[in-house]
Amino acid sequence: MRIVFKTDYMQDIRPWKDGYQLSLYLILLAVVFAAPWILDVFYLGELTNVLIWAIAGMGLMVLTGHTGQASLGHAAFLAFGCYSNVILLEAGVPFILAFPLAGVITGIIGALVAIPALRLHGIYLAIFTLAMSILVDDIIVLTEPWSGGVSGKYIAGIDLFGLSIDRWGTPMLFYWLVLAVTVIVALGYINLLRSPLGRSFIAVRDSEVSAQAMGVDIARTKTISFGLSCMVTGWAGAFMGMFAGAFNNETFSVVISIELLMMIVIGGLGSIHGAFFGAIVIGFLPQFLSIAKEYVGALFGGSTVAIPGLEFGIFGMILIAFILFEPMGIYGRWLKIRTFFELFPFYRKDMFKRQKSYLKTERLR
Amino acid sequence: MSLLEIENVTLKFGGLTAVDNLSFTVEEGEVFAIVGPNGAGKSTVFNLISRFYDPYAGQIRFDGHNLLEVKPSGVAAYGVARTFQNIELFEHATVLQNLLVGRHRHRKTNLFSEILFTPSARRQELENREKVEEVIDFLDLQAYRDKMIAGLPYGVRKVVEVARALSTDPKLLLLDEPASGLSVEETTDMRWWIDDIRRQMGITVLMVEHDMGLVSGVSDRVLAMADGAKLALGTPAEVQSHPAVIEAYLGKAS
Repeated sequence: MRIVFKTDYMQDIRPWKDGYQLSLYLILLAVVFAAPWILDVFYLGELTNVLIWAIAGMGLMVLTGHTGQASLGHAAFLAFGCYSNVILLEAGVPFILAFPLAGVITGIIGALVAIPALRLHGIYLAIFTLAMSILVDDIIVLTEPWSGGVSGKYIAGIDLFGLSIDRWGTPMLFYWLVLAVTVIVALGYINLLRSPLGRSFIAVRDSEVSAQAMGVDIARTKTISFGLSCMVTGWAGAFMGMFAGAFNNETFSVVISIELLMMIVIGGLGSIHGAFFGAIVIGFLPQFLSIAKEYVGALFGGSTVAIPGLEFGIFGMILIAFILFEPMGIYGRWLKIRTFFELFPFYRKDMFKRQKSYLKTERLR
Repeated sequence: MSLLEIENVTLKFGGLTAVDNLSFTVEEGEVFAIVGPNGAGKSTVFNLISRFYDPYAGQIRFDGHNLLEVKPSGVAAYGVARTFQNIELFEHATVLQNLLVGRHRHRKTNLFSEILFTPSARRQELENREKVEEVIDFLDLQAYRDKMIAGLPYGVRKVVEVARALSTDPKLLLLDEPASGLSVEETTDMRWWIDDIRRQMGITVLMVEHDMGLVSGVSDRVLAMADGAKLALGTPAEVQSHPAVIEAYLGKAS
């Protein structure tokens, strides 16, 4: 078992516990960075997709996992990010400006949406944001001159520092671009969580009354959380547009919102790791299912029949299983497995017993 | 001028008068206790000071500021900290994180310096940590520093709540039933702590408490309430022997 002796306050303020943990994360980063040389083009594309979902997951995690505000409207913000990125690029704004701006615009829209949403709690907030998700379809159709309406928009490669970055032409460069943004967002998120603002998010999630008594302005904190969350989601949306190449009013449907929320619940609410674990599940589940279907088909001699809704059915079952047996998600399970090996053979089943409580995101009132 | 002045405060919930034309002052450096039967409006007075309720009539002034002009989150900025009757901690955070939230009113950094974690944000974190460590030493919470609240026993949570309130570096500490649900030993500890909070830290304490042993042991003055109104105000001995107080607790002698 590894025991970290603390001799300095900086050991708690630094994001890593000790050199061992830091080196593990650096090795992971190096492996992920080297992925284009290891994986073939198909799996590199899949990995890019996972990273894009992880960015979106981190965006929603700030709001739902850390501030405790359930949102079913994040597909709308993905759309806002995607469209503002493309519209800015078409207007001749270079990518280095258009991409950050797309996030900022989405963030501002998110903060504006937050103002009426602040008075809503729990399920009512979920319904409000769900309406956002549905409305965005109509907004895109109505603003046809800019958004292209039903016929949609296309995005080819972009230019960054003289390099042509294209999902199909130069998948390696696109992958590294997404990876860079993922790392930057994750670092910002880590910094947020170790500073007063991040703690005030957690305070608002766990107890609004005592947060207020400690001097945390609830309305302001929620608005900032919405803004930050939507900004990051906007960036993920911009990447999703570039990844898909073509999109229209139906690309960012309610289903995407629900998938995103399910993803962070399965990954583990209230942790950055959860966003990544969830993204891996949602990114690879369709591939895994189609491979599994082939095997099952071969086993029973049947042809590979397409079963409509199979993916969502299985996804739903996984979600229910997690809520019943592991409310802290994959990350919670991972912590237990790690503790098991660290303490081997002294791990006891009861060690996490008290911690198996649901995150009190919002009391229904 | 008194530290806290409550002047003719009335609060009504529909037809029920929860606080009825109540006036009292808390002087700097004293321990002031509010006692009374259940439903007397003691906690309501706390919630009025915390600005969770707007009074129907009357004035609340703290340290020369009109408290009725600020938002609930602004009360802490003047130096009022509180605990809750039913513990309101941040359950899915560690003890250390809970106490650091208490430092929120001293936040000098903004969103950008925090996301970039600039040297000034780092300095502020170190400063906050030092202050919080002082409180941890004072209340003997060293063993629980990195524990999640969700896994802590009741008695420890009660102390963590006091610690969180002390971390804000307050002038006035509101303790809502600090000894409820505590064992005899824990109550004795609490009694010494309250005494030390006043003597060593120079913090004025206003508390609601049912345990008369604790009340008469630490408080300088006691206010007895019943049905939202003042029954008696004076030293613990005076209030305990006051005929109106005995009647409120035990009923009239027939």
